[in-house]
Amino acid sequence: MARNHVTTTINGDPVEFLCDTEQTLLDVLRDELHLTGSKEGCASGDCGACSVTMDGRLVCACLVLAVETQGAEVETIEGMADGDRLHPLQQKFLDHAALQCGVCTPGFLVAAKSLLERNPDPTESEVRYWLAGNLCRCTGYDKIVRAVLDTAAEMRE
Amino acid sequence: MAAVEKIIENRIDDKTTDSKALKWVGTRAPRPDGVDKVTGRAKFGADTHLPNMLIGKVLRSPHAHARILSIDPSAALALPGVKAVVTRDDFPDQPAGAVQPAGEMIINYRDMTRNIMAREKALYEGHAVAAVAAVSDRVAGQALTLIKVDYEVLPHVIDVDEAMGADAPLIQEDLITEGMDPAPEKPSNIAKRVEFGHGDIETGFSQAQVVIEREFKTRPVHQGYIEPHACLASFSEDGQADLWCSTQGHYVARGHCATLLGMDVSKLRVTSSEIGGGFGGKTVVYLEPVALALSRKACQPVKMVMTRDEVFRASGPACGTSMQVRIGATREGKITAGDATLKFQAGAFAGSPVPAAAMCAFAPYDLEHVRSVGYDVLVNRPKVAAYRAPGAPLGEYAVESVIDELAKALELDPIEFRLLNAVREGVDSSYGPKFGPIGCIQTLEAARDHDHYQTPLGSGQGRGVATGYWFNIGGQTSATLNLSEDGSVALVVGTPDIGGSRASLAMMTAETLGIELDKVRPLVGDTSALGYNMLTGGSRVTFAGGIAVVGAAEDLIRQLCERAALTWDLPLDDVEWIEGEARPANGRAGSEAPMSMAEIAKDMAKSGGPIVGRHSTNAQGAGPSFGTHVVDVDVDRETGRVSVTRYTVVQDAGKAIHPGYVEGQYQGGAVQGIGWALNEEYIYDEKGKIENAGFLDYRVPVCSDVPMIDTVIVEVPNPEHPYGVRGVGETPIVPPLAAISNAVENALGIRFTELPMSPPRVLAAIEQAG
Amino acid sequence: MAKIVLTGNLRLYTGGETELELNAGTIRSLIRKLRERYPDLPESLEDELAISIDGTVHQDDWFARIQPDSEVHLMPRIAGG
Repeated sequence: MARNHVTTTINGDPVEFLCDTEQTLLDVLRDELHLTGSKEGCASGDCGACSVTMDGRLVCACLVLAVETQGAEVETIEGMADGDRLHPLQQKFLDHAALQCGVCTPGFLVAAKSLLERNPDPTESEVRYWLAGNLCRCTGYDKIVRAVLDTAAEMRE
Repeated sequence: MAAVEKIIENRIDDKTTDSKALKWVGTRAPRPDGVDKVTGRAKFGADTHLPNMLIGKVLRSPHAHARILSIDPSAALALPGVKAVVTRDDFPDQPAGAVQPAGEMIINYRDMTRNIMAREKALYEGHAVAAVAAVSDRVAGQALTLIKVDYEVLPHVIDVDEAMGADAPLIQEDLITEGMDPAPEKPSNIAKRVEFGHGDIETGFSQAQVVIEREFKTRPVHQGYIEPHACLASFSEDGQADLWCSTQGHYVARGHCATLLGMDVSKLRVTSSEIGGGFGGKTVVYLEPVALALSRKACQPVKMVMTRDEVFRASGPACGTSMQVRIGATREGKITAGDATLKFQAGAFAGSPVPAAAMCAFAPYDLEHVRSVGYDVLVNRPKVAAYRAPGAPLGEYAVESVIDELAKALELDPIEFRLLNAVREGVDSSYGPKFGPIGCIQTLEAARDHDHYQTPLGSGQGRGVATGYWFNIGGQTSATLNLSEDGSVALVVGTPDIGGSRASLAMMTAETLGIELDKVRPLVGDTSALGYNMLTGGSRVTFAGGIAVVGAAEDLIRQLCERAALTWDLPLDDVEWIEGEARPANGRAGSEAPMSMAEIAKDMAKSGGPIVGRHSTNAQGAGPSFGTHVVDVDVDRETGRVSVTRYTVVQDAGKAIHPGYVEGQYQGGAVQGIGWALNEEYIYDEKGKIENAGFLDYRVPVCSDVPMIDTVIVEVPNPEHPYGVRGVGETPIVPPLAAISNAVENALGIRFTELPMSPPRVLAAIEQAG
Repeated sequence: MAKIVLTGNLRLYTGGETELELNAGTIRSLIRKLRERYPDLPESLEDELAISIDGTVHQDDWFARIQPDSEVHLMPRIAGG
């Protein structure tokens, strides 16, 4: 079966890859490009551990076919820090101990960044509902929500 | 957003924590693995690739119970790109009846080899029957469809009460119940009966003015770690092998795999990846021995990753139960007797945590007459794996529900009722030994005095309280401190870091050495790097690991003092280690300028060579831990949905090394408990197949389901640990089930005796109550 | 002599006895003496036990000291999650 040739942009860099038609963006990120920061927790869009943005829209990479990224701009957790400067959300997650095992953390960070780009002053409820598509089994979400609210407050200053 | 997080300290005579101010211990220091985890750099189980790597996949039984008549892999092996197939024939059988201690558990390898690959029978839907390794995921998947298995489908049983019935299908045809006198003559699904207690319960009940007896039923649940099981195995032609895997214990996994494959333990090196949650479910092996067997056949690296569906069907479930509890008390509120019968699903092989459940069930109470009986029962599910304080949440759910009803019947405040009967130091526990220093009373008092408990409820809301207990454990642990030539140190430990233990272990190391925290680089070594380490579990790492790293630091200090003594030409007794430097002491104080670690390290080649601090121990004296939870709920009378509106966890940590991560354990355990109480359950169809093997249908709590979780850290130091640590990871999941059930009763006036209290069940009860 | 209490199912191997007094300086010596007294105790006994000495729990700890006035409880080994 002929593989598809895809030209896309990932974290600002031009990327070309070959993929099977049924391969998801998550498969290609992890297995072909070795960008393993996006995690596979379910492969069905339920856990959010593979959250990335595509043309600015928050998506589960496991629900996007890799061929759909032709010409798109994809942002993953690997592109979140600016050189050696962590994004404020990344720093606040560390300051608030908002991660334990850390496997859901990339997805939460990507999703939270997407929230703050749309809504720089979310309420606790808005944070909780926006992040309801990201599962965390370790933290009980408390410190994650605090970290996001604290980041929002700091970024507004 | 109430942020009532505080620490209540109950100091006892403790030389270490009291005698000097602590610089690192007790602070919220940054975690050393943090940046890797917020940037996506951290490598979890499925994140490693090797050149020439194959993909392994498992063929699983579609039947809950079936005899395997034949397996024919020839068509799969003929498919281009398939490199190996393994079945039951590739694993040597293990001797019957022989159990071996491995890690924290007693392992029956005859059962374990059957759990990782079915032999005579497939014992549950999802049971591994064969596995393939192929050049790609697609080819491996295609190969699975070409393996021909002939099954004779047998009747199955999932429910624990049905499995105990006289006409239940037998899961193991020759199983005779242990622990019965006389031993039964006929085989059954009951693997074991256990009994604990003291006194004479009928005497106790005769002294009671109020007796309440209830029956409870809980559904099976899953640990629900977000990272599926994953590993990468690489066997070479000379019989040596490497394994990378997501595990709570890579030494324990090494032992299991070597035994199951019949190889020398030392020929297998296991490296633990970062681990994406475990909660007990990653203390055992599933894919690892299969990947090794495939790699041994193919002589190529083999990677295997479970799908979420496989995680639900074939890994780590926790028990469903059936329980009866009877408790009696005097009118004044003194409990006179407690009696519990606990029946736990073990899965297809013996070994549910019912003994621990029976021991913990009445542990918070000082009882003269108490008995708890447990039954370990086989059903057609995977062998249950540990889940955070294994067994304890279930037994204590039943007991704490009845305690709540008794308090109501006696018109006593539920916390005051518990305080009237709570255990304290010197009291005989319900399961035997006297308690040493414990914080049961302290957690109850802190809960009673908390703003949460003092705040009136909103209209229609309910409030519940429950207390829980877990033992915590110690065990074999090793640590090494390698001094670098600039005076910084590499700390090597052998316990996978599941929730911030590199931070807490580095903090105790820096504290003991008297140096800056950023001079300690903690790493989890592979199985060749250190002596044996038991797994990360039993809330043991900060306790036992703390003893190991403090021991290693003291060993390093002794050697640093020796080098300084030699350099200064002083007797060793005249050198002391203070604030990270060697100083002349006694009559020689001030005679030489102090030498820092960096200065000693710079010249260590000249003064005797490399300096390595080591400590290996089998840590004893883990500190038991009590917790009391307070929860408020709102119940939607139209849908039956229960919403948790406020939640407070109070727990004795002994000493919180890193309060942020201790709070995290409290909060995470509470929310897992909320899921267990309100939503989570395995749903089986009439053929014994799981109908909800995915996160959409097996619904763990999501962010919008829960409120902030307030925490109170009580500190009653454990005298057996240099900084007073007890261990905190498991107790937080013990009280929630009963606390929430008690809150729902308080809101609705309806006592639920079944979990989960999911909307359909709650709605039906509301409608029935009219 | 130390007071030894056998909890759980151990009574099945001791003819129903659950409490006894023994002089045993260590856990290893205690196990040996129990085996002499109760030959029915299973081979795997040690591997399945936790032993509390005066309220401190020991697992796999042969040489832990038992004082003449100690209270010792034998109970099932604890596994965690």
